[in-house]
Amino acid sequence: MPKVTYVEYNDAEHTVDVPIGTTVMRGAVDNNVPGIDADCGGECACATCHVYIDAAWLAKVGLPVPGSQEAAMLSFAAVAQPDSRLSCQITMTPDLDGLLVRMPEGQH
Amino acid sequence: MSDTSARAVIVGAGHAGGSAAALLRQYGWQGPVTLIGSEPVPPYQRPPLSKAWLKGEGNFADLLLRPAAFYETNRIDLRLANEVTEIDRSDKTVKLSTGEHAAYDHLILATGCHARPLHVPGHDLAGIVALRTLGDADRLRPLLRQGMRIAIIGAGYIGLEVAASARILGADVTVIERESRVLARVASIPLSDFFQRRHAAAGVHIIMDAAVEAFGGVGGQVTAVRLADGNRIPCDVALIGIGAAPNDALARRAGLACDNGIIVDLATRTSDPAIRAIGDCTHRPLPLYHRTGRLESVPNAIEQAKQVAADLCGRPPPAPEVPWFWSDQYEVRLQIAGLPFETTETAVRGDPSAESFAVFHLAGDGTIQAVEAINAPAEFMAGRMMIARRRQAVAARLRDVSCSIRELAT
Repeated sequence: MPKVTYVEYNDAEHTVDVPIGTTVMRGAVDNNVPGIDADCGGECACATCHVYIDAAWLAKVGLPVPGSQEAAMLSFAAVAQPDSRLSCQITMTPDLDGLLVRMPEGQH
Repeated sequence: MSDTSARAVIVGAGHAGGSAAALLRQYGWQGPVTLIGSEPVPPYQRPPLSKAWLKGEGNFADLLLRPAAFYETNRIDLRLANEVTEIDRSDKTVKLSTGEHAAYDHLILATGCHARPLHVPGHDLAGIVALRTLGDADRLRPLLRQGMRIAIIGAGYIGLEVAASARILGADVTVIERESRVLARVASIPLSDFFQRRHAAAGVHIIMDAAVEAFGGVGGQVTAVRLADGNRIPCDVALIGIGAAPNDALARRAGLACDNGIIVDLATRTSDPAIRAIGDCTHRPLPLYHRTGRLESVPNAIEQAKQVAADLCGRPPPAPEVPWFWSDQYEVRLQIAGLPFETTETAVRGDPSAESFAVFHLAGDGTIQAVEAINAPAEFMAGRMMIARRRQAVAARLRDVSCSIRELAT
């Protein structure tokens, strides 16, 4: 099964299995990985599943579609960066096996 | 306070209770965690019940807060279909409906809310339903199909979300509201006007200023709603959506301080140092607004779950969050941040007829207290940030769309 590594703000690493078709947000929540609140449960309504995509993975994961709900939400998310994504909008594919994402300092 | 080997018992396995159990483990709690829920299913997300779930979209695994196996993996003793009937504070035990007892060092009450009943003649007829639980949604779902007639009592969020889902499924929908506008208790006038128009355009029949006098039925099954003005609305099913009330009876019987909910502080402590309370059932401090209140929302449940887990595990308290809410109806997304206390001015930004606008609510000194955003996620996020930072703004500038939201927020 594909794996995703989540790196907390304090550098603690969590590598977990995330099934294909499951979102990167859900992978963290299902495995009790700290640092992702996911208030809205994956509706792209809250921006509390914010992650930074590791530089090596950015091309494969891609950036939010300009003008999308995700892009608008991220435009005012706390501590957003050019490599920011909402992890509820990233669905696991075989291509993303080994993906590494980092957590911001906080989700609010 | 941070003996993390003590016994934690959580009463209520909804969003608040389920999150608290997970966060206790996440924050390093080593002792036994018991999570007691009255429903027969593990903690799940309630917001989709009136939206995607009602329309038959999504599957049960997605609805669950965490996978069913999560609780065993994380050494959480999940006891479902079980009511707590009594708290013995001197003995530090709770009594279950099965007759068993569970002993606690820390008790966390996460008992949620119940739908307010409508006590009029005929209220116990079959086909009159509320929508709080998965069981409720699964009973309602097969009744919402082409040609079925649903009467919805109450134009609050539950009522309007069900109205939208029912129209999409092809049912005939009548909404009956006591006040003179929809969402009267929970949204501003521009928002009410917008949703009223949107629902009317979708074919929902809305009756305002109407009091329900009785339900009529044939053979024990509801067939009509009778209004005080004599009007009779025929229906096959009736949904009662007239608000929710806190489940604080257990706490009251145990002698805990309650006032429209169980009174707690920012560390979720009740009047008994061994008992905490979180979620919809609490009357809590609202630090941004220098007052207290009761919030019915998922973000509130999660915020208080963080507060209790942090306090019990000896971690620093989480930063206070801006209360927020969301609702999806048709293709319209509503997001609200903040609470409109002591506001003196309203600024509408954007064009309501274009189905994308935001309503900012300002206090006398220009402090932004709340924002309601319709299909306007950037305005919602910017507003939420400005509220958290106690930012002031000039209403005329907020109304001026030639002034970018980024310029206003930074």
